[in-house]
Amino acid sequence: MSMDWKRYEPKAFFDELITADGKVRPPAKRLISYLGSLSDEEIETRRQMAEATIQEMGVSFTVYTEEGNIDRAWPFDIIPRTISAKQWRTTAAGLKQRLKALNLFIDDLYHDQNIIKDGIIPGHIITESKNFRPECVGVSPPFGVWAHICGTDLVRDSDGEFYVLEDNLRVPSGVSYMLENRAITKRVLPELFENDRIQPVDDYCANLFDTLVSLSPRKVRKPVIVVMTPGIFNSAYFEHAFLAQQMGVELVEGSDLVVSDDDCVYMRTISGLERVDVIYRRIDDLFIDPEVFRKDSVLGVPGLMRAWQKGNVGLANAPGAGVADDKVVYAYVPEIIRYYLNEEPIIKNVETYLCEDPEQREYVLANLDKLVVKPANESGGYGMLVGPHSTKKDQATFAKLIKENPRNYIAQPTLALSTAPTIVEKGALEPRHLDLRPFILQGKDMYVTTGGLTRVAMRKGSLVVNSSQGGGSKDTWIVETEA
Amino acid sequence: MLSKVAERLYWTARYLERVENTARLVSVYDKLLFDLPDEINIGWYNLVILNSCTELFEDRYKNQDERNVVKFMLSDDTNPSSMLTALKMVRENIRTTRDVVPAETWEQINELYLFAKHNIQQGINRSKRHEFLSEIITGCQTISGLLYGTMSHDAAWQFMKLGRDLERADMTTRLLDAGTFALLSANGDASVNLRQIVWGNVLRSASAYMSYRRTVKAAVSGPEVANFLLEDPHFPRAVRFCLTQIDVAANKLPKHQEVRAVLKSIDPGALVIESEQQLGEDFRDYLNELQVQLGNLHNSIAATWFPIP
Repeated sequence: MSMDWKRYEPKAFFDELITADGKVRPPAKRLISYLGSLSDEEIETRRQMAEATIQEMGVSFTVYTEEGNIDRAWPFDIIPRTISAKQWRTTAAGLKQRLKALNLFIDDLYHDQNIIKDGIIPGHIITESKNFRPECVGVSPPFGVWAHICGTDLVRDSDGEFYVLEDNLRVPSGVSYMLENRAITKRVLPELFENDRIQPVDDYCANLFDTLVSLSPRKVRKPVIVVMTPGIFNSAYFEHAFLAQQMGVELVEGSDLVVSDDDCVYMRTISGLERVDVIYRRIDDLFIDPEVFRKDSVLGVPGLMRAWQKGNVGLANAPGAGVADDKVVYAYVPEIIRYYLNEEPIIKNVETYLCEDPEQREYVLANLDKLVVKPANESGGYGMLVGPHSTKKDQATFAKLIKENPRNYIAQPTLALSTAPTIVEKGALEPRHLDLRPFILQGKDMYVTTGGLTRVAMRKGSLVVNSSQGGGSKDTWIVETEA
Repeated sequence: MLSKVAERLYWTARYLERVENTARLVSVYDKLLFDLPDEINIGWYNLVILNSCTELFEDRYKNQDERNVVKFMLSDDTNPSSMLTALKMVRENIRTTRDVVPAETWEQINELYLFAKHNIQQGINRSKRHEFLSEIITGCQTISGLLYGTMSHDAAWQFMKLGRDLERADMTTRLLDAGTFALLSANGDASVNLRQIVWGNVLRSASAYMSYRRTVKAAVSGPEVANFLLEDPHFPRAVRFCLTQIDVAANKLPKHQEVRAVLKSIDPGALVIESEQQLGEDFRDYLNELQVQLGNLHNSIAATWFPIP
């Protein structure tokens, strides 16, 4: 590519591939020199090839609009994002540490609540959390693990360090896109995979399967595992089907399952009812059982909570696990790690202001134009205020919201999210901001994906990476460097 | 396997078969009409009649001309049997059963659907129709081959077989009906030559010409063609063959007693056909009765294995 890296300007941001003075970072060396050997036309051909591949593979996500649901092709940039294997090993250890502590925390909350008794975290934060489920108190899922599948959002600040932006412990999605991104890249840039220093990512589904098997209440040789989806209209349906297929298990909807008089879960099959041991449910807590939670839910299975409470079925993630991905709880995670593991956190949190604290609230209200304000319990990038990109009117709206319900809001400094070269038009690369969502599993054993899903804000200067709001993605390479 | 998945696979196969058959039918008709003398009153509209879609067609179109009929058969999204609608249904069913079919199936059906959607105009205009339809037929066969060669021949496979063979049997009765009807509308003065052209094309539309020649070893004639397409035990589109295959598939599934009982009651050879004279309105009624029986067979399959609606 006739790309002149001296002209590529990451400016004050940390760029994943190129240093501020235009040098190529070691893990990206082969990639950049290879790209350099391709003409603009060739790059364009590869880009089109990726687009066609995505269409043919049917990699899509659903966007809800007023005109109905639109199935959009997955937005993808062919230039991979590289990370050195050495740095990744430390990060992976930090992710495991974090999930381990969070699971000990959730288990404690639904049992003795020692962390509150010991004064580490104020009790009202938990009791007032929308995601604390009194129905779960006293339940003991296998291994004391509640969040079996966790998607943690990492960002790099201008110092090049990874920070945790948030933990997704309810029904995190994106892992299928991580796997598909690699499949696409292998087709589009096959020459680069000839050397084996790019670590493979494809063992995720096998590990997910093992994790689910370890949760089976029946100690049989082949427990029956299912993936439970809200259905075709869910934005992540593609992923639900993908995971079921990759694991070779049934993809079920609520109407396929029934809880019998023996409080066990069965699925309706061509030969009659068949017992189900573990459900990887991709439905929010509130919809899984109309007997206990939302009465109007047609997505769930009446009696499912009863079956789970009695230990007759494994649910991943367990109901109530979301209590730990509240953004107010997030602020306490470093303390949580120290309390349960007696270790220092390996990956730092982003500095967080809790609006319920009068002093911190004052600071937030005075600096709305500089901060990012987030509601404590939303996901998908909705209901946020990005201070530097907001109007006075937006700021006034948020000031009012914060004063009305301070417990529901947190604020963080606007991060200088790292960037990576992204194709913006034919032959032109510009830095675009990105984040990283690795997936961490915990059942009998623990596992972290090799890298994760890199999401890119495709619009110039934008910091919003969510696919529902114009974000794209890149393949993520963990590269073993000699140095 | 899940009852719901069984149902979707069954419909996947039925619709896939329908796509291929519709493409075949239009393609063969194209050739048939070339071969006919001008004064013979056989038109494109026969296609609509034989698919039992006259009312739907009348709602949409005034002229029963080639363009409208072909459009109705290939691309009309108000026609639930149009090729494009059927293709869309295959895609939707595979989309929701991706966890049980080979991964490539999804890619293939996407490719085929995108191809059909983007090039549908080629099917409607005459000049490139043949190439377009051949491409569609090849696409369907690629998917069938992919499924046959890479899908485990377990219960999921049996449901696809049920759907495919039922749709095939139904289509074969309609092809025979089309031939009969075409000759009837020639007002009784159909020459031997015309009869040969029509029945020859009926065979071709079922890709049965070569097999017929090899098996029957006689000139093409109405009674022989009818007997062959209804009764032959070896030709894959003969009704008898399809019913046997349905029985083989059903036998491998649990709780099959009722379905097999219904199957036993269907006899495509019940009417002994010996002369051209028998291939009139009575024969059309007979074919219609067979279609009703196949409908009952579908109902029995649904009641036995599919989710309660």
